[in-house]
Amino acid sequence: MSPRLYNEPSPLEVKILTRRFGLPNSQSIDTYLATGGYEAFRKALEMTPEEIIEEVKASNLRGRGGAGFPTGMKWGFVPRESPLPKYVVVNADEGEPGTCKDRLLMEHDPHQLLEGMLIAARAVGAERGYIYIRGEYRYLIEILDRAIGEAYERGFLGDNILGTGMRFHVYTHSGAGSYECGEESALLESLEGKRGVPRIRPPFPATAGLFQCPTVLNNVETFCAIPAIIRDGGKAFAALGTPRNGGTRLFCISGHVNRPGVYELPMGFNLLRMIHEVAGGVRDGRKLKAVIPGGSSCPVLKAEECDLPMDFDSVAQAGSMLGSGGVVVMDETTDMVRVAVRIAKFYQHESCGWCVPCREGTTWLRHLLTRIDQGIAKPSELDLVVEICNNMLGRTFCPLGDAAAMPIRSFVMKFREEFEARLRRPMVAVPDPDSLVVS
Amino acid sequence: MRFSEQLEAKFNQLISAFPPGRERAALVPMLLYAQDEVGHLTPEVIQEIAGRLRVPVHEVDEVVSYYSMLTRKPRGRYHIQICTNISCMLLGAEQLLEHAKQRLGIDCGEVTPDGRFSLEEVECIGACCWGPAIQVNYDYHHWMTPEKLDRLLEELRKAQ
Repeated sequence: MSPRLYNEPSPLEVKILTRRFGLPNSQSIDTYLATGGYEAFRKALEMTPEEIIEEVKASNLRGRGGAGFPTGMKWGFVPRESPLPKYVVVNADEGEPGTCKDRLLMEHDPHQLLEGMLIAARAVGAERGYIYIRGEYRYLIEILDRAIGEAYERGFLGDNILGTGMRFHVYTHSGAGSYECGEESALLESLEGKRGVPRIRPPFPATAGLFQCPTVLNNVETFCAIPAIIRDGGKAFAALGTPRNGGTRLFCISGHVNRPGVYELPMGFNLLRMIHEVAGGVRDGRKLKAVIPGGSSCPVLKAEECDLPMDFDSVAQAGSMLGSGGVVVMDETTDMVRVAVRIAKFYQHESCGWCVPCREGTTWLRHLLTRIDQGIAKPSELDLVVEICNNMLGRTFCPLGDAAAMPIRSFVMKFREEFEARLRRPMVAVPDPDSLVVS
Repeated sequence: MRFSEQLEAKFNQLISAFPPGRERAALVPMLLYAQDEVGHLTPEVIQEIAGRLRVPVHEVDEVVSYYSMLTRKPRGRYHIQICTNISCMLLGAEQLLEHAKQRLGIDCGEVTPDGRFSLEEVECIGACCWGPAIQVNYDYHHWMTPEKLDRLLEELRKAQ
């Protein structure tokens, strides 16, 4: 019941969502209740649904799964007058390469997630909630099921919650290996027992989600921020971050740093300070080469671009994305061609195959980049990589096509000389009839 | 076809999580939990689950083919899954995978002749800050090195 800490906390952290990490029996409802747990939900029971949603809006909380959409606004889209049943769905399909924060939130403090779901249920009038969790996280299902059992025993879940007549039931639901199911509409398809293929939107899940019913669907970390927002007020949460980017965020710092780990820092924390002061600097005294700031879908930043505040707007202004909080640090020894090949391989493997630009694009990107890495590609193939990326961007039903094209294009454009150095020397001017590539 | 009592109870729990008429929603986890018990998804298992949920067999086949954790092929008793995605790769995961192939004498997707081990290169398993990371069945092992992998394989060889 006392999960170990995977990394030492940093004194620079601002611990709101992670404040129970490391407490004895942090998973148990007794620890949770003894440290202010479920007080926010009791407070929410005294508030109207509109007041709850206004508080979440005031917090400037933006979706922690990667898209950064304002959470309060998303909740506000759920039609209250609809006669259909409403659902709360947690996206615990954490799969963005570089991201491992939701795992810790569920492992250390499962009741915080349940309380966030309960407040959401109260805000939109939902009676059922599902935690869709990636199949690899089986041990977390056991932890969550235990916490759900405790919540029923103490009257926080069931048909007459705390004697108020409110009904809410929560269930865990395992995925079975699919990155695409982290995309919200594909997740809903999977939760309905189908292949995890995205839906055409609109309609969005808020109006037609699970079983075509109104659904609140957020990332684990987003729900986990809700109890603090209701307890201390939306304004207090907003004040922790930067304008339009409220609160703290769990950053997963991985790769070539001395103290990799998950750290909770205020929105807008400087990326270079994150690497050097929080994560102990680049390993072995080497020089920083590049950083992927928010999981592998985000364009890479060169070392000289890394002096920037880590919030959604600032990173977007720098040409990348804050994404899911996966900060992947690469030192001067990193082979950028190999990293690009690995990223292409991932998206090719995970493309659901529905849209042609994504299915064909990711396959050709992998193929071409592998040829470049092996030194057998013609010079024109490098431009072809960029052209394929440009033809994928914005032309797919879900963001997976963009998620492949954006980082790969950035690697080629920002580290072009490394890719060119791998190209076949153009001294042999003989046409290559066996080449798969027609350019 | 009969499953263990525990699995039948799990199936009931999964199905009862959904409103009446929505039983199909339990399909993906039912397949995974059945696979955990049987070892792989045999045609009999697929037919049985399809029948219980009143879903055409070919639609269950479609689902099975989509999810990377679901398999129709037998795996080893210990399924070694090595993440080689970027964070783990930066810390030597590709060398770790090569080492595993040599030590086990098998390639990815293969099973050792004694049926004890199978090997798979997997995508990000959510252990990026503690890589290179692997999973043996559902158990995580962080901060792996070739030496630590050797010790782990030795323990698993001796396990009853």
